[in-house]
Amino acid sequence: MAKILIPLLGDDIAPRFDLAQEVLIIVTTTEGEIIEERPIVLSTASAEGLCNLILIEKVDTVVCCGIEQEYYEYLTWKKVKVIDSVIGPCERIVFEAARDNLQSEDVLLERG
Amino acid sequence: MHLSIESANYLIRGLMDSSIELHQILDEVPIGIAAFDLDRKMVLLNRKLEALTGFSNEEARSLQCRYVLRSALCHRGCLIKQLLERNGPIDTESDLINKNREKIPVRITAAPLNDVNGSIVGFIEFVEDLRPLRDCLHEDGPFFFQGKLIGKSHEMQRIFRILPVIAQTDSSVLITGETGTGKDFIAEAIHQSSNRAKGPFIKVNCGALPENLLESELFGHEKGAFTGAVEQKPGRFRLANMGSLYLTEIGDLPLNLQVKLLSFLDDRVLHPLGSTKGVHVDVRVIAATHRNLEQMARDGLFRQDLLFRLNVIRLHLPPLGKRGEDIKMLMEHFLQIFNPRFKKKIAGFTDEAKHVLIGYPYPGNVRELRNILEYAVNFCDGSKIQEKHLPEYILEYDSSMIGLDPVSTAEPSRIQTDSVVQRNQLSWIDTERQMILDAIIKARGRRSQAAKMLGMGRSTLWRKMKKYGVIPQN
Repeated sequence: MAKILIPLLGDDIAPRFDLAQEVLIIVTTTEGEIIEERPIVLSTASAEGLCNLILIEKVDTVVCCGIEQEYYEYLTWKKVKVIDSVIGPCERIVFEAARDNLQSEDVLLERG
Repeated sequence: MHLSIESANYLIRGLMDSSIELHQILDEVPIGIAAFDLDRKMVLLNRKLEALTGFSNEEARSLQCRYVLRSALCHRGCLIKQLLERNGPIDTESDLINKNREKIPVRITAAPLNDVNGSIVGFIEFVEDLRPLRDCLHEDGPFFFQGKLIGKSHEMQRIFRILPVIAQTDSSVLITGETGTGKDFIAEAIHQSSNRAKGPFIKVNCGALPENLLESELFGHEKGAFTGAVEQKPGRFRLANMGSLYLTEIGDLPLNLQVKLLSFLDDRVLHPLGSTKGVHVDVRVIAATHRNLEQMARDGLFRQDLLFRLNVIRLHLPPLGKRGEDIKMLMEHFLQIFNPRFKKKIAGFTDEAKHVLIGYPYPGNVRELRNILEYAVNFCDGSKIQEKHLPEYILEYDSSMIGLDPVSTAEPSRIQTDSVVQRNQLSWIDTERQMILDAIIKARGRRSQAAKMLGMGRSTLWRKMKKYGVIPQN
């Protein structure tokens, strides 16, 4: 079981962790099957608030795009894995994240 | 010039004899530049923006701009969207988070790219790194603003705190203060910290030109508007379009031009001499004066309605005499400036020289202190500035005022009426005369002892006694 959080902007990953007003939390099995998918709308965009939510929800992995070093270090210190600078539509990211196929700076877009 | 996502090398043709690469030119520009197509996909990044974002041009190509710039605007209101709604470039401050997880304050200017038919074919954004400016502000703490304004007194700290706030508004500003207090620096600092910083900062001294010339200088004229108008002139207002116009000595603006300025501040439309059409100009007006405009308005010399419009934000600069410990700070600052300029290695001031400099009231304010130190550094041949290196007129002043609080001895504000100034001077003369008489009585007529009690030299006491008629003139 793994709990993954992805900050969203529309149907895509949010360009900024600190400014995301919506997140998607997915729970996957060790085989990569998604057993829960839960969007959460935040009352205000805040990096501190999001970190708090991540700890309360006991999230294992955060997949995001732009994140400040301060919050990156805080989350990793709290044993949360952060995969940052990921670019792409939410659907593709969920698919790859569930299979543990993501790494920082991945671009899941068809270019051109 | 042809731009497309497929093309790797963008060439400019027709500018030189042979084609030149666009990228090569953009890479030399010290500001980040990005071009997008109509779908807001990156077409190119220059070297500066590569450094700012952490993306190489190849990595960024065809990505949505929001994933490369990662600016706060991408979440709060896309600049390109705003650009399409507005006609003209947009300039705003924001921040971005780059690949290195750094949050960088930036100023972004976005503009559409039009083809020869005027259709929008893409967009361009200029991204300026504001860290050097912020660093300068933070490192120097409350003592400096943009490296030009110096002070740690309560009054100056208050000004430094409110300056960035004033800069971010677009309202007219009226700066008041005695001559030499730094009104010009403040005006420029407001412009440089504002969203108009990329635009021009045009300064006009309203008192420096005759009335008939000033009108065409400010508002411009059409060709043939008057004898000698052989060419059309845009005027300073139009030159300051998208920037700030600084009207110094606004109190000297003739009444008929005050009406024209008032009309402009009302509708932002200019009417150049000889023109039947009005011209819309986007200018922030910053005005400054050492005069008391309220008094002038009461005397009918300045339009009250213009004063109300200019007085949206009022900033009063304190005279140097009221800035307490700033005098010492400025002394050290100017010494550091003039030492290398005059190839000197002066380490500081003797106690006596320091005493004289701190005790002097500086009617010419910071400008006068600067001039005094320029003189002193020039004439100083040792390692410390001594009394003898200071201009004579300060020493003369010092002999009568030494030991007194500089704040209380400061020349009364120019804004005060002449009668107040006269009254203050009279009361000082009376007081000093009485002090001398008292000291002579206490010293039982012994002048050297009286001089000692008064803290002045024997010859100075003799000169003053003569001046006040305590001893016969001849």
